[in-house]
Amino acid sequence: MPTRTINPFATVSPSSTPSLDALNEKKEQPRRSSFTKGNKFTSLFGGNTPRTRSEATALRDALVAQQQALLDNPSPQQQINTASISLPTINLTGATGEKMLAEPQTLFNPEEARRKARADAQFGPIGSQKHRYTSTFEGEFGDPIEDEPPYYFLLTTYISYLILIVFGHVRDFFGKRFRAAHYSHLAERDGYAPLNSDFDNFYTRRLKMRINDCFSRPTTGVPGRFITLLDRKSDDGNNTFKLLGTTTETLNMSSYNYLGFAQSEGPCADAAEQAVRKYGVTMASSRTDAGTSELTIEVEDLIARFVGKPASMVFSMGFVTNATAFSTIIGKGCLMLSDELNHSSIRFGARLSGSMIKMFKHNDMKDLERLLREAISQGQPRTHRPWKKILVTVEGLYSMEGTMCNLPALIELKKKYKFNLFVDEAHSVGAVGPRGRGVCDYFGIDPSEVDILMGTLTKSFGANGGYLAADQEIIDKLRTQNAAMMFAESPTPPVLVQIASSLRIISGELVPGQGQERLQRLCFNSRYLRLGLKRLGYIVYGHDDSPIIPVMLYNPAKMPAFSHEMLKRKISVVVVGYPATPLVSSRARFCISAAHTKDDLDRMLAACDEVGDLLQLKFSSGVAGGGDPEELNAPEKDGLSIVKPPRWRLADVVKRGVEDVQMALN
Amino acid sequence: MDLHEMQNTVVRLFNDANAQFHKMPGSAIILRYIKSSYQDDPVRSAIELFLFLFAVRYMLSPSYSTQKKVKLTEEEIDELVDEWTPEPLVAATTPADEIENEKRAVLVGPTGPKSKLSNGRTVTNLASYNFYNFVGNETLKEKAIQTLRTYGVGPCGPPGFYGTQDVHMKTEADVAAHLGVPACIIYAQSFSTISSVIPSFSKRGDIIVADKAVNFSTRKGIQISRSTVRWYEHNDMEDLERVLQKVTKEQAKKPLTRRFIITEGMFENIGDVSDLPKLVELKHRYKFRLILDETWSYGVLGRTGRGLTEAQNVDAREIDMIIGNLSGPLCAAGGFCAGTEEVVEHQRISSASYTYSAALPALLSTTASETISMLQEQPELLTALRDNIKAMRAQLDPRSDWVRCTSDVDNPIMILTLKPEVVASKGWSTKDQTQLLQDAVDECLANSVLVTRLKAYPQGLGVNPRDEGWQPTPAIKVCVTSGLTKKETEKAGITIRHAITKVVKSNKWSK
Repeated sequence: MPTRTINPFATVSPSSTPSLDALNEKKEQPRRSSFTKGNKFTSLFGGNTPRTRSEATALRDALVAQQQALLDNPSPQQQINTASISLPTINLTGATGEKMLAEPQTLFNPEEARRKARADAQFGPIGSQKHRYTSTFEGEFGDPIEDEPPYYFLLTTYISYLILIVFGHVRDFFGKRFRAAHYSHLAERDGYAPLNSDFDNFYTRRLKMRINDCFSRPTTGVPGRFITLLDRKSDDGNNTFKLLGTTTETLNMSSYNYLGFAQSEGPCADAAEQAVRKYGVTMASSRTDAGTSELTIEVEDLIARFVGKPASMVFSMGFVTNATAFSTIIGKGCLMLSDELNHSSIRFGARLSGSMIKMFKHNDMKDLERLLREAISQGQPRTHRPWKKILVTVEGLYSMEGTMCNLPALIELKKKYKFNLFVDEAHSVGAVGPRGRGVCDYFGIDPSEVDILMGTLTKSFGANGGYLAADQEIIDKLRTQNAAMMFAESPTPPVLVQIASSLRIISGELVPGQGQERLQRLCFNSRYLRLGLKRLGYIVYGHDDSPIIPVMLYNPAKMPAFSHEMLKRKISVVVVGYPATPLVSSRARFCISAAHTKDDLDRMLAACDEVGDLLQLKFSSGVAGGGDPEELNAPEKDGLSIVKPPRWRLADVVKRGVEDVQMALN
Repeated sequence: MDLHEMQNTVVRLFNDANAQFHKMPGSAIILRYIKSSYQDDPVRSAIELFLFLFAVRYMLSPSYSTQKKVKLTEEEIDELVDEWTPEPLVAATTPADEIENEKRAVLVGPTGPKSKLSNGRTVTNLASYNFYNFVGNETLKEKAIQTLRTYGVGPCGPPGFYGTQDVHMKTEADVAAHLGVPACIIYAQSFSTISSVIPSFSKRGDIIVADKAVNFSTRKGIQISRSTVRWYEHNDMEDLERVLQKVTKEQAKKPLTRRFIITEGMFENIGDVSDLPKLVELKHRYKFRLILDETWSYGVLGRTGRGLTEAQNVDAREIDMIIGNLSGPLCAAGGFCAGTEEVVEHQRISSASYTYSAALPALLSTTASETISMLQEQPELLTALRDNIKAMRAQLDPRSDWVRCTSDVDNPIMILTLKPEVVASKGWSTKDQTQLLQDAVDECLANSVLVTRLKAYPQGLGVNPRDEGWQPTPAIKVCVTSGLTKKETEKAGITIRHAITKVVKSNKWSK
């Protein structure tokens, strides 16, 4: 069961452990004073002197030593965890003597308190050991039930778009006649065709521009548990923005910081600092020239071991990993079957490869099988020669839907139809599975069943870049063929070290227990919030264990409204609409992190409860879960079970949440 | 059921249908129309009815494909599925691949003018783009650490969703101010910048006129844009004009489309520079937009490293899009595209590798800002590098009997190709030249000088060699750095020259 008793943080000295209540109170206070834009950089470069620490000679030694820093970090001491007090970390950290400061110790050390507050703002301490859940696949893979709103909302959504489009055209019509100067970029100018065609630009100009203030909000600092936004305003209808010079610290429900490794403190940041000191910030060369460092080799080995493949290679950008990967494995005479919701980088890469591309319906294994049978039996178009290779490309976790790929069924099909399988684990690696090793780990499937595992290092690991993992021969060949390997810059040392240390923490090599806490907290948080939102009456998409939680808004005007209301409550969320989603299903997307505490999620639920009533977002009919568990188990009357739309009171949601998370979420 | 009953039912149904029809709004009009038209012109009514029925049939018929399919039974398909054996995912590794993988230099410790390799040897590193030795600069390290301690490593999100940090905005402003253009956008990787910039502007039906020798990522960007592309001979302005004239003539009667000239400021694979004043003149004359890839010239050319515009005294605003590199000479990471506000803002929503990729780590962004200001404040950095370039060149170009340097005099990346007359007299194929130069690189390494070879463009699978397009001439790449003294540079130059001579005169190649 998820409540493991291993606690790496049991060595926190009592003097530096604030009570839980104190932490919760502090949450509401601004953690950093606002500063104006003028002195931001001076304060960044000048005001913030690095902490004085004993110089460690080797990087690894330093890492071990830095476990100390972590000890001040998450979990307050719990009575139930005294069993684990004999973990080796205690002796190690004690031996470094790092805490032995020369100055006299007082009971209250403001510097220390500030540092702790700062660390907690990046990674919240766990409230209770009950707030854990192991992400693992149980039962049978089912596509998540997609609830539908009352027709009234669908109809008003269409009408809204109609009104927006009509207004846009009316404004264009008069604008082009009376304010020609403002529209000159859409017309021919002294013999040059417009850079953006009028038609292509209409959606951006007339629809997106209205809600532009919800996108690309500038931030500063660490995108951890909280994220600091730079306040801005627009005087010209979101055309341009002016920074006001103030900042707002918001609860971060938007960054892909699944395991909470976006930290400027702790073992990862310490290791990255050491790396900058030792290696400089860059390798200043491509991989095949002189850009391969010992660190690169080390990270490649670590990744290969982590995902369970014999070999891997790393790239300095996730997008490019996909964009260059396909040209080296498929080409003319090959067929790629791609899930219709695959990421833009996969499409980019596939187009470059010159192979034929066909899409199958999202996660629809029947449709895939139909396409496979057709492709194999009919061969290539016109020539009818058999396809040289068929590559099925799916994502582990889809970033807009929160759904996972049906890997067990794909493996079944793969055995029968002998195609090659490419799984893009951009969002799933680190985020799902009992050991955080992605969808293979989650479904309990041997990674050797999948030909190529691709992933990014940007999200769960708080670094940057991407990787490909496969058999040794495949990687050996790719290393000599891959364009990014030859021409693109190699990953930089601080990034590599961040990857290495976060991987080591997850696998338990470094600071044992912390990796597991991160993984289990992420899954608990995801399930807790998902269940809470369902019970409040929201329509939530995706699988239960997925840390991506899309909440349906439908009406386009609710996107900015939701974003603004949440910002008023100091929560930053991502809203997405057409064209990233189908026209009707505009949504808000929450990305859960292990850095969130249960209190953060309760705050989120409270905000969603209020905003949901305000904006009429509680559409759920109850078919997708969220009902009362007792009622669900109640005997069916007259052979029909009546589904009641769940509209729980917030207090009940919070009261029941922790226990009910451990059950199936329906 | 007897006949009578049935008749009654039919009549009742008909009456019901009739009543329903009359209840429908507008039914009277239809009825009147049919009646009157039938009386006036029964043939027309018949045709209309036929058309109506045809339309219904057409709407209901399943969509058909233009491809002929052979109908097969399920059993036959199963058999075919059993029979089908796909090719292996990648071809078997060849001995050449194995050697390449084995020989790839692995650096232990930091990169720098003297680097330590994994085999324990310390070599003179002339393979990194560490031209000004920024990698070893302690001030830059300190600033990077301060950023790290404020921002962490990764921004954990794409720029559109809370990934835009104030440091990115600062770097964008710094680059724009340095170049003297209104706006700039920062990408997370230099390699992917241009291949994403081109398709975000140039679409199907648009026209691209490009230099034959553009680098690999530009080529891929052109490929993915699906625009009509015309190539002109490398740096041949007369040929360019001829192509532009031809395109203008061909397109005269067609609706106006976007037209672009795409070329590099300093060519990655040849090393020479474009004639920018002439390009700008032609661009204005023929109404083309100019996309200039300054990946290798930004931070290198000009008094303060502003690139080709500064070196050739052209106003950067004359160029529609300048693509540059923060990861090479500037020793940070990422790329940028600079131009007008309109150009930049369009990319923020429609350039794939910007929108769909995580933002640049903050510490790399601040490093770029720092190195840009260092170049502006300390132009002696550039002059020191140029002295070393001169020293290196003196050892190689006129002195070597076998190779010549195609690079511009200010280019710290020296591209050394075998002299055409030597190649012709020996009858070396491209493959031979590649092998020979690889031997020379190995020989250099044996003498503790790390240089590399120019990489040929990888070919797509199944692509006919005939369609492969322009390929760079095999060459050795020597990257000069101001981290070495003039003496050390000269010494390294002598080593390279001797290594090439030794290899050419060896038994293997002197036949």
